[in-house]
Amino acid sequence: MTKFTPIEKVYQLLAEVPDPEIPVVNIIEMGMIRDVIIHDNSVEVFLCPTYSGCPAMDMIDAMVKEKLAEHGFVNTVVTLVYKPAWTTDWMNAETKEKLRVFGIAPPLGNASSKKGMLNQELVACPQCKSTNTEIKSMFGSTACKSLYTCTDCLEPFDYFKCI
Amino acid sequence: MDNLNLSKFCIRLGDHCLIMAHRQSELCSNGPFLEEDIAQINLGLDLLGQAEALLIYAAKLEGGTRTADDLAFRRPERQFHNFMLTEQPNTDFAFVIVRQYIMSLYLLKTYQALSKVEDDTLSGIALKALKELTYHERHFAMWLKRLGDGTEESHERTQTAINELWMFVGELYEEDEIDFMAQKASYAPTGIEMKTFLMEHITAKFSEATLETPHSIYMTTGSKKGIHTEYLGYLLTEMQYLQRAYPDAKW
Repeated sequence: MTKFTPIEKVYQLLAEVPDPEIPVVNIIEMGMIRDVIIHDNSVEVFLCPTYSGCPAMDMIDAMVKEKLAEHGFVNTVVTLVYKPAWTTDWMNAETKEKLRVFGIAPPLGNASSKKGMLNQELVACPQCKSTNTEIKSMFGSTACKSLYTCTDCLEPFDYFKCI
Repeated sequence: MDNLNLSKFCIRLGDHCLIMAHRQSELCSNGPFLEEDIAQINLGLDLLGQAEALLIYAAKLEGGTRTADDLAFRRPERQFHNFMLTEQPNTDFAFVIVRQYIMSLYLLKTYQALSKVEDDTLSGIALKALKELTYHERHFAMWLKRLGDGTEESHERTQTAINELWMFVGELYEEDEIDFMAQKASYAPTGIEMKTFLMEHITAKFSEATLETPHSIYMTTGSKKGIHTEYLGYLLTEMQYLQRAYPDAKW
């Protein structure tokens, strides 16, 4: 049996904590976990909020503590880090594909380019992959998404903004 | 800047964000159509997040005797330092757009300066907020053009909003001793830099939207000393209701 170091174990457990808004991806895949430090009597998890006002932050904080406590890490401190600012560039191709399969068009392009930041890329429908889509609202069901409609299959869908 | 003055600086900025967030939250279910309703409250949510981060840091700098929640829910009007512009009511949609467009420009310029400071907490908050504000400015500028260069009715109401709100713009580039300290430490642009930035963008955007920039020079003053228009009292009464009626209530 492979013996994991405490740090490896903590990362494995964190990979079991889903994003409350997008349950198909976990908080590591979202790029929200920036570091983990094992102190003498506690574990410190460094968490980067996706948006300043993301209402899921308190819930994620509680879920992280609960998950670690279930496996013996009873004293967990969640420290918020703002720098560097969270960016969709931290999601890898596999994570983006999970979003698409879930029905959310993944962020396109690179947040460091203005084209990406301001939704000027052609967004493909996550259902039929057509790029004949139009933006209905810059803001969708959450702050991180925009609302689009596909003009081919007529399905409305969320686009995860590039930020 | 010593901790106490830096804390005051953060409270001012946090107050602008907090009061605007509350005004935006009032649009919930009152937007002109569903998508815009959602957009407006999402923008408010960003501001609430910025306010929270700033007030948490301000409370820490103060020495921890008050929490961010104490600052938000247990201060009376005279201890709030938000600009009078931020507390102006959502008289009609044009007022919301004009108020928020001008404040988005103010926050962009403010966060640009803050994003470069050595203080990791503040530069981190600012860098994050800058990304959000890029979307805000774009959204409000789009509406400004749509309303100003829209129908006769929308044009007239937007011009009315501009004319009525204009006297509150002067506070955005007014300076006192805390501003001078912040400027000396490169935490904030100077008043004249802020004024130039605002006026350049406002006049260009207004003109694109066929709107006139007022020539009146009378500007109100007072929020840096805790003096406000009557609207803040009503706003706080609602925002602080729960803590006033049930002190220490927990969710």
